[in-house]
Amino acid sequence: MKVLVSVKRAIDYNVRIQIKSDGSGVVTDGVKHSMNPFDEIAVEQAIRWKEAGLCDEVVAVTIGPDAAGEQLRSALAFGCDRAIHVKTEEPVQPLTAAGVFKAIAENEQPQVFLMGKQAIDDDASQTGPMTAALLGWPQATFASSIELADDSARVTREVDAGLETLDVDLPAVITTDLRLNEPRYLKLPNIMKAKKKPIESSSLDELGVAPAAALESLKTAPPPQRESGVRVESVDELVAKLKEKSLL
Amino acid sequence: MSYKILIIADHLQGALNESTARTIACAQQIAPDAIDVLVLADDGAAAIAAEAARIDGVATVYHADDAAHAHPTAAVLAPRIAAAVERGGYSHVLGPNTTFGKDLMPRVAALLGAPMVTDIMAVHTPHEFDRPIYAGNAVNTVAAPADRVLVASVRCASYPAAAGGNEAAIEPLELDVEVPSHTRFVGLEQQTSDRPDLQTAPKVVSGGRGVGSEENFRIIYNFADKIGAAVGASRAAVDAGYVPNDMQVGQTGKIISPTLYICFGISGAIQHLAGIKDAGTIVAINKDEDAPIFEIADIGLVGDLFDIIPELERAVG
Ligand SMILES: Cc1cc2nc3c(=O)[nH]c(=O)nc-3n(C[C@H](O)[C@H](O)[C@H](O)COP(=O)(O)OP(=O)(O)OC[C@H]3O[C@@H](n4cnc5c(N)ncnc54)[C@H](O)[C@@H]3O)c2cc1C
Ligand SMILES: Nc1ncnc2c1ncn2[C@@H]1O[C@H](COP(=O)(O)O)[C@@H](O)[C@H]1O
Repeated sequence: MKVLVSVKRAIDYNVRIQIKSDGSGVVTDGVKHSMNPFDEIAVEQAIRWKEAGLCDEVVAVTIGPDAAGEQLRSALAFGCDRAIHVKTEEPVQPLTAAGVFKAIAENEQPQVFLMGKQAIDDDASQTGPMTAALLGWPQATFASSIELADDSARVTREVDAGLETLDVDLPAVITTDLRLNEPRYLKLPNIMKAKKKPIESSSLDELGVAPAAALESLKTAPPPQRESGVRVESVDELVAKLKEKSLL
Repeated sequence: MSYKILIIADHLQGALNESTARTIACAQQIAPDAIDVLVLADDGAAAIAAEAARIDGVATVYHADDAAHAHPTAAVLAPRIAAAVERGGYSHVLGPNTTFGKDLMPRVAALLGAPMVTDIMAVHTPHEFDRPIYAGNAVNTVAAPADRVLVASVRCASYPAAAGGNEAAIEPLELDVEVPSHTRFVGLEQQTSDRPDLQTAPKVVSGGRGVGSEENFRIIYNFADKIGAAVGASRAAVDAGYVPNDMQVGQTGKIISPTLYICFGISGAIQHLAGIKDAGTIVAINKDEDAPIFEIADIGLVGDLFDIIPELERAVG
């Protein structure tokens, strides 16, 4: 069985982002980037399947600038066998990313395409279902557990009402939620080994994918600020304040 | 230019989810006179449609009753919605940004060849919207192409539910679209509780890692019951197994906007704050006076939650 995993380069989740004063976006130069946390969980899952003998090849894919090669190297250090880097200097939106992933899935013919449920930069949460739609494949989003069988998967999904279980035939797109697993720490020997693994470079043109209709970003601004609060010294004072506001 | 909006109803076990009325409130800012609702359900569709017909601003509620709609799988529903949108000549199709909408709407968008706007928090024009990015630490104003259907999900915490009292028309809708067999519903494990619903409750009490254990969470529940609040939690509390996943509040959990949010033993990570930015009054109780939660809290009290909760219970009577 072959598994494809998408890996997006994003500003690290610990960074407090800065908005450019001209409203054109957020500051990315000199800012720490890493693999989107949900994608790390996807890579970890695929590697666990490989270690358990459930799949024999794991291929990591990214769409992004040269620098995104770093995240592919991390994916290879986790244990992915090879990687595909679809190069573009301009960030792509989910519908275009889905078009690229469709083309790659058609070339690679994986049984499972694992993706993060959302990228923590654009918070779009679209690419998985869009890719599944374009391929006509089943989808199981927000997975907190996946049991793989030969030609289907049983997926537990984190939904607002609780936990939903679906059976999907393979091939399928599955997107990861936080509780699927805890990614391992990368060890130096694996990081060294990853340097020798192959990264194939590609482009939208080579894949025959035209950029899809997209949203135009007009402005990026800080969110409305909340007024600064007060400290109280005692429970009585707290309760008095809440009663004053008719909240209790 | 005339616009026509189709709202996809979110419902569970025969009842409409309040997120639908919130989505309609957003649609009213786009085209107040041309809002239809589509209910895809099994044999209970007509009853859900009747509920939707009472929401202000709705012109017609369509219901498509089919055993295949008994459970909301995107693979079944998306092609039907795409067909309904094309047949009805809709300019916009909106769903709530609940897990139902997050799973479904991008699949609809891709079938329609349209980019999607996730999480509308403000409407500027029928094609220009604000949406949060970076866990709500920035607001992005985007313009969607005017030459295609606009597919979007609505950030429910940004809109109060549209009022009731309407009597919209109700019509059945035949959607003759093949049902794929590749996706099969197995089950839904639900936590049942008599407490108010986390996503709509006016008061929410939540606990984090500082609560320490599943047993200790009892004091959070008890206090919440005393003031009639729903109960939420941080990711750390969910991951540690103190509470089930559906209680997580934050960037990747539920985004809520209660009038009162009281949190105990939560440090205030940006991902948690993303879920509570629209709360009316935020109260934080934490034993660490430097906890970042105090930077956003309206009222902060430094102290040990195990001392403070009993005192609070006494004080509120
Ligand atoms: C991609 C991603 C998505 C995430 N999404 C979410 C999300 O949706 N929601 C979310 O909540 N988190 C999310 N997180 C996790 C987030 O970064 C934090 O790790 C998490 O919110 C911490 O939870 P906490 O505040 O309960 O725990 P901690 O950060 O460990 O804080 C515990 C707090 O309790 C206090 N405390 C301890 N004992 C007591 C006591 N007796 N009395 C009073 N105070 C006490 C401590 O001083 C401390 O401030 C996400 C992380 C990532 C990477
Ligand atoms: N440019 C990209 N490169 C690699 N993976 C991506 C890219 N864009 C989206 N993805 C994948 O799609 C998931 C959801 O992204 P989004 O729809 O942007 O929230 C991410 O977690 C990634 O797995």
